[in-house]
Amino acid sequence: MSQLDANVYYVPHSSRWPIIAVIGMFLFMTGAAVWLNGYDVPGKIVLTIGALTIIGMMFGWFGNVIRESMKGIFNGQVDTSFRMGMMWFIVSEVFFFAAFFGGLFYIRTFVVPWLGGAGDKGILTNGFIWQGFSAAWPTNGPDSVGGSFIATSPWGIPLINTLLLLSSSITVTIAHHALRAGNRKRLIGFLGLTIVLGAIFLGLQAHEYWESYVHLNMTLHTGIYGATFYILTGFHGLHVTLGTIMLIVMWLRCVRGHFTPQNHFAFEAVSWYWHFVDVIWLCLFLFVYIL
Amino acid sequence: MSSTAQAVHYEEHHQGFFERWVMSTNHKDIGTLYLSFSFLMLFVGGSMAMLIRAELFEPGMQLMQPYFFNELTSMHGLVMIFGVIMPSFVGLANWMIPMQIGAPDMALPRLNNLSFWILPFAFVLLLSTFFMPGGAPAAGWTMYPPLVLQGGDAIAFMIFAIHLMGISSILGSINIIATILNLRAPGLDLLKMPMFCWSWLITSFLVIAVMPVLAGAVTMMLFDRFFGTNFFNAAAGGDPVMYQHVFWFFGHPEVYIMILPAFGIISEIVPTFARKPLFGYKAMVYAIACIAFLSFIVWSHHMFTVGLPLGAEVFFMFSTMLIAVPTGVKIFNWVTTMWRGSLSFETPMLWAIGFIVLFSIGGFSGVMMALVPADFQYYGTYFIVAHFHYVLVGGALFSIIGAVYYWLPKWSGHMYSGFWSKLHFWSSVISVNVLFFPQQFLGFAGMPRRIPDYNVAFADWNMVSSIGGFWFGASQLILVGVVIHCVFFSKAKATSRVWEHAYGLEWTLPSPAPHHSFTVPPVIDDSQLAHGDVSH
Amino acid sequence: MTMSSSNCKQRILGAGAALGASLVSMAAAANPVPWQMNLDKGATTITRQIWDLHMAALWVCVALGILVFGAMFIAIIRFRKSKGSVAATWSHNTVMEVGWTIVPVLILVGLATPATILTREMYNATGSEMTVKVTGYQWLWRYDYISYDGKPITKVPTIYSRLAWDSNAARQLGSGIDPNSIVAPDGYHDYLLNVTHPLVIPAGVKVRFLITADDVIHGWWVPDFAAKRDAIPGIMNDAWAKVDKPGIYRGQCYVLCGQDHSAMPVVVKVLPKDQFNAWLAEQQSANTLDKAARTAQAPPSTPPPAKG
Ligand code: HEA
Ligand code: HEA
Ligand code: CUA
Ligand SMILES: [Cu+2]
Repeated sequence: MSQLDANVYYVPHSSRWPIIAVIGMFLFMTGAAVWLNGYDVPGKIVLTIGALTIIGMMFGWFGNVIRESMKGIFNGQVDTSFRMGMMWFIVSEVFFFAAFFGGLFYIRTFVVPWLGGAGDKGILTNGFIWQGFSAAWPTNGPDSVGGSFIATSPWGIPLINTLLLLSSSITVTIAHHALRAGNRKRLIGFLGLTIVLGAIFLGLQAHEYWESYVHLNMTLHTGIYGATFYILTGFHGLHVTLGTIMLIVMWLRCVRGHFTPQNHFAFEAVSWYWHFVDVIWLCLFLFVYIL
Repeated sequence: MSSTAQAVHYEEHHQGFFERWVMSTNHKDIGTLYLSFSFLMLFVGGSMAMLIRAELFEPGMQLMQPYFFNELTSMHGLVMIFGVIMPSFVGLANWMIPMQIGAPDMALPRLNNLSFWILPFAFVLLLSTFFMPGGAPAAGWTMYPPLVLQGGDAIAFMIFAIHLMGISSILGSINIIATILNLRAPGLDLLKMPMFCWSWLITSFLVIAVMPVLAGAVTMMLFDRFFGTNFFNAAAGGDPVMYQHVFWFFGHPEVYIMILPAFGIISEIVPTFARKPLFGYKAMVYAIACIAFLSFIVWSHHMFTVGLPLGAEVFFMFSTMLIAVPTGVKIFNWVTTMWRGSLSFETPMLWAIGFIVLFSIGGFSGVMMALVPADFQYYGTYFIVAHFHYVLVGGALFSIIGAVYYWLPKWSGHMYSGFWSKLHFWSSVISVNVLFFPQQFLGFAGMPRRIPDYNVAFADWNMVSSIGGFWFGASQLILVGVVIHCVFFSKAKATSRVWEHAYGLEWTLPSPAPHHSFTVPPVIDDSQLAHGDVSH
Repeated sequence: MTMSSSNCKQRILGAGAALGASLVSMAAAANPVPWQMNLDKGATTITRQIWDLHMAALWVCVALGILVFGAMFIAIIRFRKSKGSVAATWSHNTVMEVGWTIVPVLILVGLATPATILTREMYNATGSEMTVKVTGYQWLWRYDYISYDGKPITKVPTIYSRLAWDSNAARQLGSGIDPNSIVAPDGYHDYLLNVTHPLVIPAGVKVRFLITADDVIHGWWVPDFAAKRDAIPGIMNDAWAKVDKPGIYRGQCYVLCGQDHSAMPVVVKVLPKDQFNAWLAEQQSANTLDKAARTAQAPPSTPPPAKG
């Protein structure tokens, strides 16, 4: 059987997982849409079924791939394909965030000044529609939509979170080196530490949100500032959550003795992903919190 | 072939229907799925177009309420772009790229299957909105807020459908990149690749860069509608125009996503029937790369009248016009490839020539629209509609049909009817001009787009256009006949090379091509390269 | 003024033109006419400059088209296999490749330069002697006179300009009314291009339009003025026009704004300056316009549901 033949590119047998994945996504999104349109109960039910399907699918699909990789039927070329896949996926994620950052920059450099009366357009816009509004950031607009609010200071929780994520990037790298050096203890230790840091980050983030909502009156409705703030930090938080889950899976696999110093694509992929959320956070910290 | 020994473990034999088509990991089967799906969608979107043309046949409302007309226009645009042009190009990529680079299959076969199967479900979501309270989305395929936010239940479904389509095409492109960069047969270095692979490689980068941006735009829309944010509300410091910037940052590269693979296809067909190497292969590659780069810095030419600062107007005018240069290089190179060739005019060549003429006409009108002062008179009129149908129908769609006629024998193993396929061409190429050329006059006369009813002065040309529309639509029925006959009934067996002067690896495989293209990497013979040219 | 008093004559003329080269520029008509094939020259110096630019671009494209397609068809005729033509094997010619990269650049610069100058002119609203605020609603236009001759205008009632009732009746699904039956006093067939109360401005005066909207994005456009800007809720755009001949000028909303997007035309009545002054005075001497008609067409305070 030529499966172990290094110069055969492994083409998997037909697989049931993709179609299950699609059905999962379909149910998930249909459920979400139905729910948003106000039919709560059916919406939630369909959405949950979809979510469970997706989770089950992931166990099945990835389990399948893991078994194949254990069997050693992936030659180096297949491994490269996986790497490229993950790399370009992360690139697409970067552009997803770029859309929101772009929006933020456009609002801050053009729209808010216009509303405040800067430039020819501003003179008219401000003079005829928004008299008396003066540009500033953060702002919730001429109608101060959402009521007066206080923006979160970058030097509290956000700063701590920055340090947490930065150090978690370091710990995951240490873990990676440990894996290459075949040092299991060290690997499991530092990977675990990374997970803990990620978890603390999420906890603090949640706390910050709670603070903003309850004490600072800084909510999704807080004009353009609240909107951009929550969509950026929110989607980042979502990615940290996913990253943490993936890290946990990797940790369990390490404990189970998966991965060899040479062959540990999944681990690397997850660490790339983790570095990516880290970089996104740095941009957030700079453009959303500080500036 | 020594591959027979290895072919065993692929277990392509005795697959059930479900296993073969729904659980498929085979690039040819998935390519077939993509092409069949987009073919179906062509008829769905086309039927909407027929309704549009019927209502516009004469002034006054005859068939439908204005709002339903807007639903048709919007859905027609969305279906044609995301359901017809993009999927059929991906389908062609699936079929041809592994065969053209000497690979056994796509790099990530299971992901490939996922990419396809997302689409039918996404379109179930989208098309189901027709039957919802408030009807389908009716704010145009560009979905501008605040108008789009007035829609009914459809909005959430539309947004999620777009998310799904985005995921589908991103995963598809990732797969194509991995395949091209990682699975080329030894010795087939990048600058020996067929143009079609090149065009798709670069297109994939565009897709990965801009589909997420569209997802971002509609996500903000979702939040404004359902979670009380105020991205597009000036009273809150937002701006409806912010959506337009984000959308067109996606939207313009998107239109090149719909034409670059076409450039690749034409660059395959023309040399074959000119029996002469493709002129300026490298220049062609650089031109595509250059177009792709420029497409990121021209988006505001869709927004010349929103009140951009003067500087922005001028910048985007220049950057937009610049794109005419690399595009021109491609046109000139194709013409020069024909020059001193030994031309014959089998069906694919006819469609390629049709493409060159019609696309250029569309491109010319594009350059006129790039002139800011002129665009102030064109914007929002039928001149725009004429422009993008020349490039999308006369361009993208013609190239896809040409590609089908070029490779169908290789896929099916049979020849199709020369007569009917040529009739299809002549009928289409004449009617498409009857359909869209008058729309340029309507635009000049000032007829706005996206209107179900118009002043009597616009009546005559609209009637001409509608007649052309029905004619063009009916012509597409010939395509159905030709394809069905070729695949299921044709007795004429196709040789492996099919076309006398067709070069490139795909023609070294028998017709129909074996289930798995190259189980062992082929040996590259420079004299057999698609563009027939190695002396760069 | 409109020149389609004899519609059928237009048709014959137009049909003739239609048979001829599709690019003939028909005599500038103030408003769309049957079989019209080209832009209007318009009614301002700007529109005429735009028209020249448009024609220049058009002819450049025609010329390039003839060149490119001509070359291709010569190749198609001369280098057929059936005629025993043998394929050459060359695939390079650096000189030519450089050539057809440079030449288009020059052509484009040649087009873009005047375009840039003209754009700057269009953006220069200084020295406008009159200001009108234009607000788009679903589905009508509201006009407020702001200032004239450097003085703010007071007591001139706001004009609500919505589709005239006859067009509105005719456009209903299955109304059975023939759109051709709707004719303006001047004989122009103004189906969907007529309103209850047009905007009135003076000729020969540089008028600045401040354009915004109240619900969704609309587009205010009079082709013969080339005064065209998106009407965006919460944002104020501006455009200007100095119309040289009096007349009735018709345009339409050009941004999709919901179900009646096709039914909110823009009609501007341009009066000789003295007549305009008289009209203005008349307006200012209060209740000349019957309140009933006004309230009848007051804009909806809240946007109506998108589907009606
Ligand atoms: C396949 C899709 C496709 C392609 C390839 C193009 C190509 C181009 N488009 Fe088009 N465009 C669309 C699809 C496409 N477009 C769509 C869908 C819309 C409408 C969206 C909406 O509003 O719904 C649109 C709208 C659109 C606008 C906005 C108009 C408006 O709304 O007011 C503009 C303005 O600049 C524009 C310009 C161009 C230009 C300059 C090119 C150039 O790339 C063309 C270059 C090609 C040539 C010029 C011809 C060949 C060249 C030569 C023979 C060389 C010599 C030529 C010269 C020197 C001039 N397009
Ligand atoms: C991407 C590709 C694409 C393609 C291929 C087409 C194809 C066609 N389009 Fe498309 N069109 C768009 C993209 C495309 N369009 C976009 C993006 C818009 C803008 C939407 C917006 O404003 O938001 C638009 C808008 C648009 C308008 C303007 C609507 C408006 O502004 O209100 C019109 C009007 O004539 C039109 C007509 C047509 C016609 C007649 C065809 C024909 O080529 C279709 C031919 C195909 C068929 C007809 C199907 C096959 C045949 C049958 C179904 C058999 C039955 C028919 C008969 C027997 C007659 N289209
Ligand atoms: Cu108002 Cu279109
Ligand atoms: Cu564009």
